[in-house]
Amino acid sequence: MDVPFWNKDIETMPRQALEQLQLQRLREVVGFALKTPLYQKRLAKAWIHSPEDIKTLADLRKIPFTVKDDLRQSYPKGLLAVEMEQVVRVHSSSGTTGIPTVIYYTQGDLDRWTDLLARSIIATGVTAKDIFQNMMSYGLFTGGLGMHYGAERVGLTVIPVGGGNTQRQLSIMKDFKTTLLHITPSYLLHIHQRLAEYEVKLSDLCLKKAYLGAEPYSENTRLKLQDLYGIDIYNSYGLSEMNGPGVAFECICKNDLHVWEDGYIVEIIDPVSGEVLPDGEKGEVVFTNLIRHALPLMRYRTRDLALIHPEPCPCGRTHRRMSRILGRTDDMLIVNGVNLFPSQIEEALMSIPEVGNNYMIYLSTHEGLDRLTVQVELYQKLFTGDLSQLDDLKTKIKDKLRASITINARIELHEPGALPVFEGKAKRVVDERIKL
Amino acid sequence: MAKQITIFLENRPGRIKSICDVLKENNLNIWAFTIQDRGEFGLVKLIVDKPGQAQLALADRGFACALKEILAVTAPDRPGNLDKLTSALLSKNVNIKDVYGFVSPIDKQGICFLEIQNAEGVDVKTLLEPEGFKLLSDEELYEL
Repeated sequence: MDVPFWNKDIETMPRQALEQLQLQRLREVVGFALKTPLYQKRLAKAWIHSPEDIKTLADLRKIPFTVKDDLRQSYPKGLLAVEMEQVVRVHSSSGTTGIPTVIYYTQGDLDRWTDLLARSIIATGVTAKDIFQNMMSYGLFTGGLGMHYGAERVGLTVIPVGGGNTQRQLSIMKDFKTTLLHITPSYLLHIHQRLAEYEVKLSDLCLKKAYLGAEPYSENTRLKLQDLYGIDIYNSYGLSEMNGPGVAFECICKNDLHVWEDGYIVEIIDPVSGEVLPDGEKGEVVFTNLIRHALPLMRYRTRDLALIHPEPCPCGRTHRRMSRILGRTDDMLIVNGVNLFPSQIEEALMSIPEVGNNYMIYLSTHEGLDRLTVQVELYQKLFTGDLSQLDDLKTKIKDKLRASITINARIELHEPGALPVFEGKAKRVVDERIKL
Repeated sequence: MAKQITIFLENRPGRIKSICDVLKENNLNIWAFTIQDRGEFGLVKLIVDKPGQAQLALADRGFACALKEILAVTAPDRPGNLDKLTSALLSKNVNIKDVYGFVSPIDKQGICFLEIQNAEGVDVKTLLEPEGFKLLSDEELYEL
């Protein structure tokens, strides 16, 4: 087997040396973390007052977990560990309660992140000859820009088209002879259903490979898409708290994702007790970012459920492999690749007086894409008897939701009292999507 | 002016009956009705003999409903009369937002219910009466 490497020394580093490198980088990160009030306080409780207090990698377990709420509480700059003038990039994701989480990067942070993406790309057998159409959205979301920089470092021809507009995507694929895509699984499925409509035949295209991420999908979906397009598909995993994509990536073996362990320490924990689980057991994924100095995050609970494979990969890399995401420990929804929480929808709805207290969220599959339908009750006392009021109200709800969760939802108005009333814990989310 | 009750209803089986049930229980009589369809929902518009009482009864049962003043116009049932009515309104650039009507089988009088817009400063009564139309007050309408 001819295995391509970006940095063979690091990728095949013996475990002992790799762990030594992790320890050294962990000390660096602890040094930066100690510059933030949050970690100063938390590390002091664990008797860690300087990087030297981390004697072995096992000392990591003395550090308390960090959660998404810590990031929100620290908005906007509470966890910043460097001077603002050293920050060269900001990324952000929408928050569950309206407060976004912000990630800062120094030039060095970006370089180290980009290097892991270059490594991920090379690991899939892609070369500088490939034409790369990046169909993830650019902007504050890390998926688009992160992969863009990695692809440029490898020397691919990068087409930064971003998401949406299927017809344009297809004509670019055809005209530029695109060989590699970065896309969500649902969008790739959707495009296949639209080929006939835009009079494009697969034989007109030169596609060879695709990176699929930003939403969970099953092995069956990978096999189906590989079959439909006649291409190789590689699973990609990342989250903005750990820089973005390139935290874990599949190699040419396509047998789950190598976590780049020189960049991230991965732990799997019992989501209830917080106890660290052995390799092979499913639990919540916890990451420590070893390569970002501007905003250090240690033992960050992702809320994603997965497991670590104990067996080595035939490719020879020593970095352990993580399974695809097997679920979530919270109620986060992923709709067409966008992460959102039902509480964000609730907050947007409850800011509109004409909307009653009850609401329902329906998720369905329409032409291969996720469809979000929000049902609300009209508030009886504010009805004026005009159709225009109802049309305006629907537009207003739609706009509010788009501003808050960046998704175009279908809005349904219902009579007061028509939606289900719950005794005890409300079950307002009904997910009828075809599982990918 | 006459009063119309507008009720917001979902477009599914049994919803119109649910209104009729309330009206029947309260011994209220329907003179005219129409539905404005909007896909998943619609607006039911009713002319009843006691509009105030009807609105209270419906609101009490949780319906989103509103009482609105509209024009009730009568004219003899003859070809060309609706054309005459709409021409008169157009002469003052008055917009008809919604209109429905029926013909009374007893006295062959046409009755037309109109929601109008853009009528500020227009005396509709002096505009229509010379053309042979009669504007009904609430009381006149319910005495028909």
